[in-house]
Amino acid sequence: MNIDHTILTVITFVPLVGAVLLALLPDKGRLMQWGALAVTLLTFLCTLHLPAHYNYAAASGTFQFEQNSAWINSPAIRYHLGVDGLSMWLIVLTGFLAPLGVLVSWNTVGDRKKLFYTLFLLQQVAMLGIFVSLDLFLYYAFWELSLVPMTLLIATFGRTANRRRAAIKYFLYAFIPSATLLVGMLWLYGRTGTFQLPELAQLAAAHNISGNNAALWLASLSFLLAFAVKVPAFPLHGWLTDAISEAPTAAVMVLVGKLGLYSILRFSFSIFPDQSRHIAPLMIALGAIGIVYGALIALVQKDLKQLAAYGALGHVSVVILGIFTFTIAGLDGGIYATLNEGIGAGAFFILLGILYERYGTYDMRDYGGLAARLPWMVTLFVITTMSVIGLPMLNGFVGEFLVLTGAMQSVIAHHVAWTVLATTGVILTASYMLWMIQRVFYGDLNDNTADVPVPDVTAREHLALWPLIAVMLLMGVISPYWMRAIDTVGTYLAREPQSLEPAASILPIDTQTQIPAAQEATK
Amino acid sequence: MSPNVLALLPEIILTLAGVFIMLAEPCLKAGSSRKPLGWLAIAGTVGSIVASWYQIQFGTLHAFSGTIQVDAFSVLFHFVIASVVLVTLLGSLDYFEGNASHTGEYFALSLFGAVGMMLMTCSVELLMVFVGLEISSISTYIMCGFRKGHATGSESSIKYFLLGSFATAFFLYGVALAFGATGSTNIYAIAHGLETTTTPALAFTALALILIGLGFKVSAAPFHVWTPDVYQGAPAPVVGLMSTAPKAAAFAVLLRITFTGFPTYQHRWAILLWVLAALSMTIGNLGALMQRDVKRMLAYSSIAHAGYIMVAFTAFPFDGIAAACFYTATYAAMNVGAFAVITQIAGYDERARSIDDFTGLGQKRPYLAALLSFFLLSLIGIPFTGGFFGKFYVFSAAIHGGNVWLAVIGLLNSGVACFYYLRLLAAVYTRPGSESTRLNQLRRISVPAAIGLALAAVATGVMGILPNGAVSFAEYASHSTLIEQGRQECAASPDSCHLQLDFDVK
Repeated sequence: MNIDHTILTVITFVPLVGAVLLALLPDKGRLMQWGALAVTLLTFLCTLHLPAHYNYAAASGTFQFEQNSAWINSPAIRYHLGVDGLSMWLIVLTGFLAPLGVLVSWNTVGDRKKLFYTLFLLQQVAMLGIFVSLDLFLYYAFWELSLVPMTLLIATFGRTANRRRAAIKYFLYAFIPSATLLVGMLWLYGRTGTFQLPELAQLAAAHNISGNNAALWLASLSFLLAFAVKVPAFPLHGWLTDAISEAPTAAVMVLVGKLGLYSILRFSFSIFPDQSRHIAPLMIALGAIGIVYGALIALVQKDLKQLAAYGALGHVSVVILGIFTFTIAGLDGGIYATLNEGIGAGAFFILLGILYERYGTYDMRDYGGLAARLPWMVTLFVITTMSVIGLPMLNGFVGEFLVLTGAMQSVIAHHVAWTVLATTGVILTASYMLWMIQRVFYGDLNDNTADVPVPDVTAREHLALWPLIAVMLLMGVISPYWMRAIDTVGTYLAREPQSLEPAASILPIDTQTQIPAAQEATK
Repeated sequence: MSPNVLALLPEIILTLAGVFIMLAEPCLKAGSSRKPLGWLAIAGTVGSIVASWYQIQFGTLHAFSGTIQVDAFSVLFHFVIASVVLVTLLGSLDYFEGNASHTGEYFALSLFGAVGMMLMTCSVELLMVFVGLEISSISTYIMCGFRKGHATGSESSIKYFLLGSFATAFFLYGVALAFGATGSTNIYAIAHGLETTTTPALAFTALALILIGLGFKVSAAPFHVWTPDVYQGAPAPVVGLMSTAPKAAAFAVLLRITFTGFPTYQHRWAILLWVLAALSMTIGNLGALMQRDVKRMLAYSSIAHAGYIMVAFTAFPFDGIAAACFYTATYAAMNVGAFAVITQIAGYDERARSIDDFTGLGQKRPYLAALLSFFLLSLIGIPFTGGFFGKFYVFSAAIHGGNVWLAVIGLLNSGVACFYYLRLLAAVYTRPGSESTRLNQLRRISVPAAIGLALAAVATGVMGILPNGAVSFAEYASHSTLIEQGRQECAASPDSCHLQLDFDVK
């Protein structure tokens, strides 16, 4: 039996079945943890089917593992799933982070475990659904759905009394632009009569979406705004710090970056190629500002979670900068950096979480000189830091290097000063991360934490961290393994809209003659 | 079967069941359980649903000299109304048990109210509509004040009665003026008369007055001021009923009058409804933000939902009628479901009123809490619930009709709406303080109530995940009214006949 045509459905709905099962099982002992771990591991195994059977020779702009069946007749909505080089690795990443999220929540979630793990699995469903949907309606449904479990996780399992405010802030920030996104989608449907992304991309490439210029612009802005808030792109990051500092570790790991960035790449760029290129100079500038702004604010933080939040803002800004250069290097690097963000920030938040578990504080002033006591912890912290600041041989370097290269090459009209500014971000990132290591682990022992007897990293935590460390190293050394698939998407998106083949997604013969040429040109 | 009987079969069944309950009530011993009467009412309601189902195979039926027209459109609304009554009755079997001596009347009144509402949806004669409106209104006025011992109940009843009579007068005045302008009160004759009328201003005034009267019934802003007070004082199951079924009936009438009766004035009344929709959504949602009492909050939310339905009136006729039908059905399912849960939690003596009273429900009654969350999420419009697809459908129709800005207003409003629904939801899943004892007295939920809740939840879920059936039905309903409209036009003026038969029905 060939499962290629159902695998995406399986991946998306295994966590849903798991969530229902957990909701029905009694909340006894460690049943919830083991159940959630089993479900997430199963999902992860299913996601591995994708890279194993991915057809690298397929024409770019096409989708694989497609499933396309009728769902609702009027309006014409189809159950249409499919992945390409962009979404495939994001799906695997989502599957990969989930069991780690369960492992780090093992003891931190004390009561109401059932609620926690059910919501956690529902969040998985929504995220996976976002990545696999090729029908705008289906995508939007998952997009909206992703808000609910996250909001409830923050509202009920937040760290301080501020949690409800943080949750509502997060929800409103994300929901209101989503409302205009829906208007944009419906307008688009009114113009084209379809919700299918491949068809829309084709129409857009051939400039066949009717409507005056202003309306198209408004529609494209409704898309971009909703996505940029979710990323979050500077200056739309108002929800970020509150949400990050409240949310439990397992939720924080998936809160930032990939959903919004993926959506920009997939929907804004394909459906509004011209408008995206026109707005690119602004986004490049915002990206560069975001990098420096995030790093500078992180530099003056005393709270570790705030530091991580502003650091995350800087990192997603790198991606924004990269993808809006519309160069192959920039797009490839941006997509790669999106994966890095998931891995690096994931590891960093896990480490912060286990530190907090031991000492009950995120205030750096309470720490100091822990290196001698917690040798494993400091080792893992340092490796993660190196990955985050982009040391060669580790994953961070590949993404950052490509993005900055792309920013220099770009033909999009922008001032080269933005690239220079962005490059200083590399130094600033190193400063705040290394200074953080210095303040927490070196120097004199702090009275507040010196006398607390705590164990070093436990076996369970090792189990959660080493996979991440291994991936950091692998992604730094053998990046072509990932880049192969990513490059097909980067190359496809980087082409000038005029030269886009109108029928690229259904006539592979045409594109096959063009893509190798384009790839040759870049080498 | 005589065509007259066939056309009114569901109404006749309900009337007979209601009359029988009234007759049986005095025969029962004082103080004994009135549950058998409740079961009788339930049987009657089920019978009327079956009868409606039976009717649909006959296509469009005309009866009583053309005053009654039973088509897919009215059958759809019959379903909605009868299902709402069914869920309410199932939920209130135990509600009055041991608390009120006059429970039998409650069951009878529910049925009579349903008769009135059903009559409204299947009549094409404004006087007949008025009769239906009165039957349904008077029943609901009484039911609002059903908790006789409570001052708020009486206040609710009186307020609703006074303001409702006033609104009905507006409606009647509008009917009179329409007669003056066009020489008839049959909506097809009105539509025909409008083309030759010498007093268009009079006709338009008539429409405006009718709109005020019906705007009151659907609690559209600015005719909404009665809603919070009335809902707060009325018993919870009654609120569930009156916030859905009479509104569905009033919307059915409004759809018929605007699209069928006054199609030539669409460019004018569409503006009025645009304004009413924008006002209702905004005032409803902003008002709900201020409320701490759950019933008042849901009252404002029902104003906002009336606004969403009115958005559909600004679309093209076919889209608009189908979208309004679909949204009315989803709204009925989720709102009656939400009130059914509140009925179970609050009980006859209203143990839980404010949002804080719901704190900790998630731990004490996980299933009730999960159902309440589901209905609230659907009211917000979270994907894979009926509320989401309903909103999607309505706004899609409005945007197709070119009303992009109204859709923007509406969807931004749904962002505001999240805030207050989530506040209740957050309370449900917050750990209770030690002093919270109100929820400790909760009785076990009875089997009939559980069935009612399950019905509402399944309806809400199905319309969100597999809406094909409901959408086709709504489109069929829309189709059937427009076809009939075309036929009547052709019968009245064969020269200018342009019967359009190729609607896009799948």
